[in-house]
Amino acid sequence: MNKNNDPVNSRREILAGMGLAALGLIGLSSAWQKLGFNDNTSTLNPNISKYKPTGDAAPFPDVTLYTHDGEAVKFYDDLIRNKVVAINMMYSQCSGICPKSTANLLQVRKLLGERAGRDVFMYSITLDPVRDTPRLLKQYAERYGIESGWKFLTGATEDIELVRYRLGFYDRDEDIDNVKENHTGMVRIGNDERNRWSMAPTLADPEQIMSTINHLDPKAVHTYVNTLQSMYA
Amino acid sequence: MKFDEYESNQGNAIDSESPCNESRRAFFKTTGATILAAPAILTSRKSMAQQALELPPSPPTRPWRKELPEAIEPLEQTDLSNDPFPPQGNPNIANGECGRNDHQRWAHFFGDHPLLPDQADTYEFRVQEIDHEFHPDYVKQRVWNYVAENNAINPTIHARYGRPVILRQHNDLPLDHSGFGTPEVSLHLHNLHTPSESDGFPGDYFSAAKAGPTLTAPGRWKDHFYPNVYAGYDEFPKSAKNPVGGDYREALGTLWYHDHCLDFTAANATRGMAGFYILYDELDSGDEHDPNPKALRLPSHDYDYTLAFQDKRFDADTIQIHDQFDPEGTLGDKVTVNGVIEPVLKVASRKYRLRFLNAGPTRFYRFHLMTPNNVSQPFTHIANDGNLLPRRLLNRKNVQLGVAERADIVVDFSKYPLGTELYLVNRWEQTSTRGPKRIKGPGMKVLKIIVDRVPDEPDVSQVPFKLRPIRRPTTAELAIAPVRKWRFVRKNGMWAINGKFMNALSSRANMAKGSFEIWELDNPSGGWSHPVHIHFEEGLILNRYVSDEEVRVPGFEKGRKDVYRLGPNEKIRLFMRFRDFTGKYVMHCHNMVHEDHAMMIRWDIVG
Repeated sequence: MNKNNDPVNSRREILAGMGLAALGLIGLSSAWQKLGFNDNTSTLNPNISKYKPTGDAAPFPDVTLYTHDGEAVKFYDDLIRNKVVAINMMYSQCSGICPKSTANLLQVRKLLGERAGRDVFMYSITLDPVRDTPRLLKQYAERYGIESGWKFLTGATEDIELVRYRLGFYDRDEDIDNVKENHTGMVRIGNDERNRWSMAPTLADPEQIMSTINHLDPKAVHTYVNTLQSMYA
Repeated sequence: MKFDEYESNQGNAIDSESPCNESRRAFFKTTGATILAAPAILTSRKSMAQQALELPPSPPTRPWRKELPEAIEPLEQTDLSNDPFPPQGNPNIANGECGRNDHQRWAHFFGDHPLLPDQADTYEFRVQEIDHEFHPDYVKQRVWNYVAENNAINPTIHARYGRPVILRQHNDLPLDHSGFGTPEVSLHLHNLHTPSESDGFPGDYFSAAKAGPTLTAPGRWKDHFYPNVYAGYDEFPKSAKNPVGGDYREALGTLWYHDHCLDFTAANATRGMAGFYILYDELDSGDEHDPNPKALRLPSHDYDYTLAFQDKRFDADTIQIHDQFDPEGTLGDKVTVNGVIEPVLKVASRKYRLRFLNAGPTRFYRFHLMTPNNVSQPFTHIANDGNLLPRRLLNRKNVQLGVAERADIVVDFSKYPLGTELYLVNRWEQTSTRGPKRIKGPGMKVLKIIVDRVPDEPDVSQVPFKLRPIRRPTTAELAIAPVRKWRFVRKNGMWAINGKFMNALSSRANMAKGSFEIWELDNPSGGWSHPVHIHFEEGLILNRYVSDEEVRVPGFEKGRKDVYRLGPNEKIRLFMRFRDFTGKYVMHCHNMVHEDHAMMIRWDIVG
């Protein structure tokens, strides 16, 4: 079924150097277990109503964020308005699934090719804005060999929290929500002009993430990824 | 073949104890307001901005204002064999059909040519954006429905075993649509024994502008080939004695079709695409007068009535909402019955077969039939998931429905004096999409039934003690059946099966055609309920566990099923066969929010 094509191989190479990531994954799932959650006992996370948009408020706040190149950008006007976007959250010190997620999204970035930054915009927003300065995020991007079509973003802590809730990266359970790693597994994929939004796992197979992006990008007619065309032979 | 989901064969010891145990700006009074309100509905950003986790309740509605029709009119056929583009085995891409795979066994059923007159029952409808009134107190608003030539909405298809159906679906949804839902569609007929290319595989979505990852070309329409043969077609070949072909014990009865677009099933289902497909055969013939001694003669025609329940949420302007940004979706607090909130159904004083369907997207129901002073009324439960049970279950007081589950019950309204009012009441309290919380009376009334007339003729229908026999696996089959384990867990803020996420292009389990297995479905996570649906083949529940303690399989789950309700910390072992057709199918949580958030696997049958 899955042909061992180049992108997958290169992903393997990247992952080979990431034993720690796998360890982090185990740690994370046990954290989920430990916390346990039960609809009947958990208290509803009060931040949800705090951050929810009210009345005619725009769904995305136009707060100022800073790119890994140090550029100040408006979250809605500059990054999202009328664009097809893929947005996830991470932080440079994350030893959980972040490294693996970034490596996986790098495969998506490669599959996008020239479309990245032109038709489809990738953003990774830090959950640790105090530590993750633009300079640190730039180092992070360089470590992964990320050159263009993908912005890493930081900002004021409160702005980041607002953005996080508006993107729907929250949990009903406050204890779960308080664990930063729990917000690193999702990528929000959407088409702002058509107000159509989906959410994919950052660790889904890259071709599956790509097909969701292609579904939401009006320029893409075929949603399958070229590297898998051999399937249809 | 990949075997990574297998447990070792050591787990296959004979299972001796297994299977055979048995108001607001109130009411838009003027038409003018309604017309003004309509165009803004799907384009308004406002409605999205107003969504949030703890949504205000939907505006109040005055109950029992609208009547359901007295009988369900089945969809009329459209003669597709005389269409300029008659149905054919390979996709008619040049003339607008999407790039599906070739219909399997086309030549076997129809010959090596396009469909000829009278070779199949042929139907046609279009998915369209139309105005709909959920309730007279709510504004008319845009929904997406299946619309037939005669303007029937979400029509019920009546089909018969031995008579193939071709269903042509046109996609007229607006490509520039803004708001929740996507104008790409993949029609799944749940749970017909359908070749994979007609099953409505989630990746087979299409519009004129878009081809899903498992299609080769976009299109404006798609033909679905429904053979209407029993499962076991290869094992029990068609013959003079077996004119349908297959095993009649595998017959399906109450099926439904709905959109299954990858990543957008919850949103598209919320937009309104769902209808019934009723399948009859010699036993369940749909004729209570049937002189055939084999016929069960269950209540039929006007007294065989389909009821679809959906949970919906409305904003202060009475417009339906669906929060695309809530990771757990939107729990409806209004229940529509066949698209209407709190309708009235007037019945004759005789027996009725009521076919219930939980059409989602997320709520669970535990329905009771109540008198106005809250006395629970008994009825006979005859089918689960659309499949007639081996034996009728008398004097039932409730039915439970996870998303996509069906229940057929027979209610004898002749017991009640004319003028009697009864209510269908949901007694499962639910405050989040995670699952039902507890049973709580008096519950929520969703349908009022009034016994208002004497039937035109005496009621000759019956509900025999034995309904449809069941084929159980033999001890030898159970002994050698490989066991495949599936764990349904929350992972990384998403939902996963065996720790992995959906990939429409990659099969996670390949079944040899003609094989059988035991599948173990496990929900260890504590907080969520998962109604798990397996496409294409029915399964038999062998064992049920709660926190690893084996518990009794309730009588209504002892038939064949295609949705397996897994409560928190529950586990089910079931037996399944994989027969007759090859290709890609899925298993997924039918809580549509979980399904869209990756709790789905592709599995294949390989020839």
